[in-house]
Amino acid sequence: MNIAQSLFESEHICLGPINFEKDPEIEARWSEDADYLRMVSLEPARPSSPAQIKKMYEDIEKGQEENKNLFYFTIRMRADDRLIGFARLDWIDWSNGCGYVALGIGDPNDRNQGYGTETLRLLLRFAFDELNLYRLAAIIPEYNAAALRLFEKAGFVEEVRRRQAVNRFGRRWDLLHLGVLRNEWETHRSPDKPAVGLQYERPAGF
Amino acid sequence: MGNLFRGELIRLAAMDAEKMSKAWEHWNRDALFRRLLDNEPPTLWSARKIQQWIEKELERGDQRFSFSIYPLEGERLIGFVELNVTNWQHGNAWVGIGIGNREDWGKGYGTDAMRLVLRYAFDELGLYRVTLGVFSYNQRAIRSYQKAGFVVEGRERGALSRDGERSDMLVMGILRPEWEAQQGAMYKAAGGRDEDRN
Repeated sequence: MNIAQSLFESEHICLGPINFEKDPEIEARWSEDADYLRMVSLEPARPSSPAQIKKMYEDIEKGQEENKNLFYFTIRMRADDRLIGFARLDWIDWSNGCGYVALGIGDPNDRNQGYGTETLRLLLRFAFDELNLYRLAAIIPEYNAAALRLFEKAGFVEEVRRRQAVNRFGRRWDLLHLGVLRNEWETHRSPDKPAVGLQYERPAGF
Repeated sequence: MGNLFRGELIRLAAMDAEKMSKAWEHWNRDALFRRLLDNEPPTLWSARKIQQWIEKELERGDQRFSFSIYPLEGERLIGFVELNVTNWQHGNAWVGIGIGNREDWGKGYGTDAMRLVLRYAFDELGLYRVTLGVFSYNQRAIRSYQKAGFVVEGRERGALSRDGERSDMLVMGILRPEWEAQQGAMYKAAGGRDEDRN
């Protein structure tokens, strides 16, 4: 045990709370990017105003308070606390030790920098070391190749293929459930602080 | 085509919150019913509380289609089935079904009700696929779903922990074209949807 290990910080990024003053403007701008929305949600893509984003944040915090089965984080740069994305552990089933994980990096310029990989590493440690879960799953449409690579790299394997469940880009696509078990994560986990010279792999965020 | 709400053994009727909640209060007291039905620890809710929930769910009528199950003859409520449309734009729904009393299990009631509800999903709601989750220890249900046309699409490994043992949650699905092929001659004879199939 290392009680002092940081749960919320990684090499370049950190997990933080919502900033109600600054974040709505930024996330509202991301929501004008339909491709981004189609990667992170099955809901109909539509732009949101800062006020709508603020309302969404309020609902998230209300949900966290009332249901106790959601952990929502913003992803921020360690250097200047700039918002770059969101991460969440959701639908936690405490009696069976299961949860679902999702994350998104909003600005295309922040993708492919390894931030998604760092985030997922933190989320997995939080889920298994702090929440003591047994398994985690991610639900990803087959057209989101970057996300599939990201989760597979972190040790997730394909468990379910909901055939033709998504109707987008002029055709039907499968919806995949990827899962990882605690013991797989324990053998798969890489050191928290990579040795000097170890490069973060490229195709990370999505 | 016959009546959408009448099968060979059972009929689908409205979800009557008062009747259903009384039946649920009773079914709930059989822990096995609950352990076959869902992943939550079974709480012994009062009929009053259950009724409030059902009434609240009924308000979401544009998304949730719930039915009571009765044998063709008589007024004995034996179960429920509900379609929950998760997204209209992708044509997806999840289905949940339960037959309450053990004496009514293994008689084909559930399979018959599922066949009706699939027809409802594809023919009335115009959906493209129906999904369900079932636990690996519930072999009777898995066989019933296969009979109704569902195929296993994968399993979330170890998603349940009961009596110290891990079990999987299987995900099963059926697509509209699969269902239409299954209807075969009967469907064709009634002139259903030939124009869409080419």
